[in-house]
Amino acid sequence: MNASNIGHLVQLAFIAGAALFVIGLHLMNSPATARTGNRVSASGMVIAISAEIVFVTQGGVGLGNWVVLIGGLALGGGLGLRMARTVAMTSMPQLVSLFNAVGGGAAALLALADFIARDGHRVLAGGVPGLDGWRTLFIIADVIIGSVTFTGSLVASAKLMGRIKGQPILIPGGRILTWLLLVAGLSVSIVMILAGAGAVTYEPSILTLLLLAALACALIFGVTMVLPIGGADMPVVISLLNAFTGTAVAMAGFVVGNVMLIVAGALVGASGAILTRLMASAMNRSIANILVGGFGAGEGTQSALTSAGGTVREVSVDDAAIQLAYANKVIIVPGYGLAVAQAQHGVRELADLLEARGIDVSYAIHPVAGRMPGHMNVLLAEANVPYPQLREMDEINPEFERTDVALVVGANDVTNPAARTDRSSPIFGMPILDVDRARSIIVVKRSMGRGYAGIDNPLYVNPKTGMFFADAKRGLQELVAAVKAL
Amino acid sequence: MTIDVLIENLTVFVLAILLGFEVISRVPATLHTPLMSGTNSIHGIVLVGAIGLAATADNPLAALIAFVTMAFAGANVVGGYWVTDRMLQMFKRRPVPSTDKPAR
Repeated sequence: MNASNIGHLVQLAFIAGAALFVIGLHLMNSPATARTGNRVSASGMVIAISAEIVFVTQGGVGLGNWVVLIGGLALGGGLGLRMARTVAMTSMPQLVSLFNAVGGGAAALLALADFIARDGHRVLAGGVPGLDGWRTLFIIADVIIGSVTFTGSLVASAKLMGRIKGQPILIPGGRILTWLLLVAGLSVSIVMILAGAGAVTYEPSILTLLLLAALACALIFGVTMVLPIGGADMPVVISLLNAFTGTAVAMAGFVVGNVMLIVAGALVGASGAILTRLMASAMNRSIANILVGGFGAGEGTQSALTSAGGTVREVSVDDAAIQLAYANKVIIVPGYGLAVAQAQHGVRELADLLEARGIDVSYAIHPVAGRMPGHMNVLLAEANVPYPQLREMDEINPEFERTDVALVVGANDVTNPAARTDRSSPIFGMPILDVDRARSIIVVKRSMGRGYAGIDNPLYVNPKTGMFFADAKRGLQELVAAVKAL
Repeated sequence: MTIDVLIENLTVFVLAILLGFEVISRVPATLHTPLMSGTNSIHGIVLVGAIGLAATADNPLAALIAFVTMAFAGANVVGGYWVTDRMLQMFKRRPVPSTDKPAR
């Protein structure tokens, strides 16, 4: 078989790989088939990688190149595997952010290498125009988007790990710096694209410097963009950076002329865009508003009672246990506070006890319950909660009216009825879980502190609500013991 | 880049975005974290570009960039698929009744 035939076979293998990606994603439409879907997608990856290795071998690969290839893969793959095996499910957002960073970084490096190689070897040596306008456009888009993703995701990851304060960090003049970087990066890009199109002429070394300037702007921009964004806005930021990585990979596909990269990048970009939009609308905020930052000032410590009016009814652990144990239908409303307190197993244990008494138990999951889209579901699945009990907001909201007890653990703003009724509330219009429509409500909460939006929650002074003041983990253990004793 | 190649690639790009929107909007919110981590592994496909780079690098700078790119993309692919699988195996219709100590 000659080289051209092999080239065609490799192209066919790429098409097969891209198709397997799509089929794999399609199988993710149900928890029952999702694991198979991920494996289908992985097999597409293996086919594509094998095909590319066969392809490059045709051209003859030197020993040194094999060392670079295998050494880099072994190092990265080993580290990736180690992190994937050891990461705690609560730390998933950090890891996903880290993978966003390396994916975006790799895409940016591809374009950078392509540019430097062309600059050094073809433009200088042959006098052949090595660049054209379009190609330059894709190179620069890839370098900029990939670099912003790289540093932005690293900052997001560091914030989630607690290495950097989760609160918005506002540097004096930071906003102006961000705008300046944006303008500078775009100006350099336009100059380069014009040069690529032949409208202006520069020495290759100047072009290289310009690209490096754009790279520097993008790297700093990524930092100044994410630093001012608060920890609770991370679901949106991670989704957005995910979309960026996809776009960067698609741009890299245009640069190196590989259709499979274009398809894969487009799929990831679409996924990131969908998730970004979902997360932003679940918080009732525009993406621009979140990027401007400064809203999520963190857990307030002031009493939430001051302006809410009305009185709080405290409930003892025994009363709460009786209420739960003699209900017909219970909905558990977990928030991120549950995960912070590591109380997922406690909540599942309580649910098991109630189910054993013939009570219908389900979980109402708000889209932003967690630090990334769908995070709470993974945390509960890890605690052995069966997935049919994990219910989405729109699906479960009509059921609250028929619910005897809604048990709220570690959730605050997503249960705040002010979002429905109070036009002056900062969260007015945010979709919430209709907890207040249940026949009775039990809220497990450490104190009367406010949620992340720092606003009062009228749910707590609702006459139907009993407040059980306790740390989520200990509170649930006490409830389990009390239900067992009945 | 000839205009023909550009248009061909743009066609693929636009259709893939539309296909992505179709397929991904059917994924339930329950699976959004594994979805994101799964698509994360998919963008590890830059590994294919990195292999091309590593195989043709003929100077130390190119070799260095190729090495870092291989490491980045390799971590992305291996770690991404592994952790997605780890997450998805936890989603069970009826988990086996566990006797483990819940508190950890």
